[in-house]
Amino acid sequence: MTILQATQAPPGAAVTTRIGEPNAVAMVFFFAFIAVTLGITYWAARRTRTTEDFYAAARSITPGQNGFALAGDYMSAASFLGIAGLVSTTGFDGLIYSTGWLVGWPVVLFLIAEPLRNLGKYTFADVVAARLRQTPVRVAAALGTLATVSLYLIAQMVGAGGLIRLMFGLSYETAIVIVGAAMLAYVLFGGMIATTWVQIVKAGLLLGGAALLALMVLARFGMNPLALFAAAADRYGAGVLAPGKLVAAPLDAISLGMALMFGTAGLPHILMRFYTVPDARAARTSVFYATGLIGVFYLMTFVLGFGAMVLVGPETIKAIDKGGNMAAPLLAEVLGGTPFLGFIAAVAFATILAVVAGLTLSGAAALSHDLWVNVVRHGEADSREQLRVARFATVALGVVAVLLGILFKGQNVAYMVSLAFAIAASGNFPALVLSIFWRRCTTEGIVSSMVLGTLSTLVLIWLSPTIQVDILKHTGAWFPLKNPALVTIPLSFAVGVLVSLATRDAAAAERFAAVERRMHVGEA
Amino acid sequence: MSEHRFRSLAETRWRIAVSLTALMVAIYFGFILLIAYDKPLMGRLLTRGLSVGVLLGALVIVLSWVLTWVYVRWANTHYDAGLEQLRRGEDAR
Repeated sequence: MTILQATQAPPGAAVTTRIGEPNAVAMVFFFAFIAVTLGITYWAARRTRTTEDFYAAARSITPGQNGFALAGDYMSAASFLGIAGLVSTTGFDGLIYSTGWLVGWPVVLFLIAEPLRNLGKYTFADVVAARLRQTPVRVAAALGTLATVSLYLIAQMVGAGGLIRLMFGLSYETAIVIVGAAMLAYVLFGGMIATTWVQIVKAGLLLGGAALLALMVLARFGMNPLALFAAAADRYGAGVLAPGKLVAAPLDAISLGMALMFGTAGLPHILMRFYTVPDARAARTSVFYATGLIGVFYLMTFVLGFGAMVLVGPETIKAIDKGGNMAAPLLAEVLGGTPFLGFIAAVAFATILAVVAGLTLSGAAALSHDLWVNVVRHGEADSREQLRVARFATVALGVVAVLLGILFKGQNVAYMVSLAFAIAASGNFPALVLSIFWRRCTTEGIVSSMVLGTLSTLVLIWLSPTIQVDILKHTGAWFPLKNPALVTIPLSFAVGVLVSLATRDAAAAERFAAVERRMHVGEA
Repeated sequence: MSEHRFRSLAETRWRIAVSLTALMVAIYFGFILLIAYDKPLMGRLLTRGLSVGVLLGALVIVLSWVLTWVYVRWANTHYDAGLEQLRRGEDAR
């Protein structure tokens, strides 16, 4: 019926696993997670009265809490299941993702976090629009936000559907509807307060689960990671510790690297988190914690991936799921039996649920705060109206997310995420940097950078080998790269600079000094 | 006077931010370029179980921590102290 289902183990495969059968322990953990998070939502709902509560958790989150929440928002199932799977089936090549997904964080810290906190209120468009004309900038930023959020949502929903079907034996559609409903409850009633705490609980579970798994692997190798890597090299050849087929085309590797590095600094749901802390110093400290937590997690994927390679075996992993996504759960089953498999399955599910909630909230903020309040109502909407529109936008996005998840069933999850990063890196990141740093930039320049960055990314994705050759089965593709960031990031910067130089925006230049001061010193 | 102090603080902050960003870009793309253009080097074993590539990959993660630590260290002491001075100067006026 679907690509994902077709990849399930054939009955004759020499694999004994309980994956795909309803798992009591997974159910118990899963329902415990739902119960706890709904409890948090009930508590948060009573504290969510104003727009500032709803979008920014009353700016009362501490740096340590926000560090965990950022990590929770960022470490999606693609990193946990995807990287472990990639390392277990390809060895070293998977590690390219482990590093690429971390190196964007220092960039966020150095260039974006503090100016964002000082200049904005709820969305990254607040910062870009700080000294430019509101309407065109907000419309363009909402376009970039919604494009990024939709692609990211599709990836998470498709991942959730496949995962739950494999783990709990539910149908794909049922799984998607459950994810949509739970996420809607968090965001709709608990806003950013509930979403933040769901992220914190999830980050704790994911880091704890991965650490436990990594320790159990290392215990089999005298607590020495090198002994584990050596065992992998002994069994599958020294090639597993060297670059292989995945980076056959150097330009593809560089392009993907650019998308991962600069995309992080343009992800709307990550940027929104900086508004939940009291000030710029807290924003700075929270990135420091997040980088530490996420780095530890990606270092653990080295152990999990090679652990699954040695203890489970690439053939077995590919027999269960061609993409290798079940490597970590299979490893858990080998090490701790069905109960541990159930626990890891529930953790993976909680991971997806939390990321989906964060994405939906940032999409709802773009629709209601940027488009409705600032474009349609020109900033003249009271708190009650703003909240009503925000909640309406949340429901609309929730429904769209469920529909997209069902529509895109069977798509490659990691690829969709890398495309979301490409749009964030080309549509949002250049506009943020130019508007923060460059006095001479104009409304026309920034808007063309955002619109062209987003559209060129979408067009080049359409013309790429992945769509043209793999999906449409054409013999060749007009554009050679799988990820367009190598072309679209420089293009977006160039367009922003050239159009700015060709136009005049007196108001923008005049406001630069005041905005620059606020960016450093903060509100008086 | 306050304007002059603000200018120099803002310029220092961006000089540090841009240098650290450039360093991070150099580290990561150095790693990617080595993977792309010198696969034999990345596959060479330093000791049993440890290839140059795996070591450099882990090192990229560790260096990301070091750079964020350097920036936060500098900002928490020098930058924040400078901002505090500016704010107090403004109150006094």
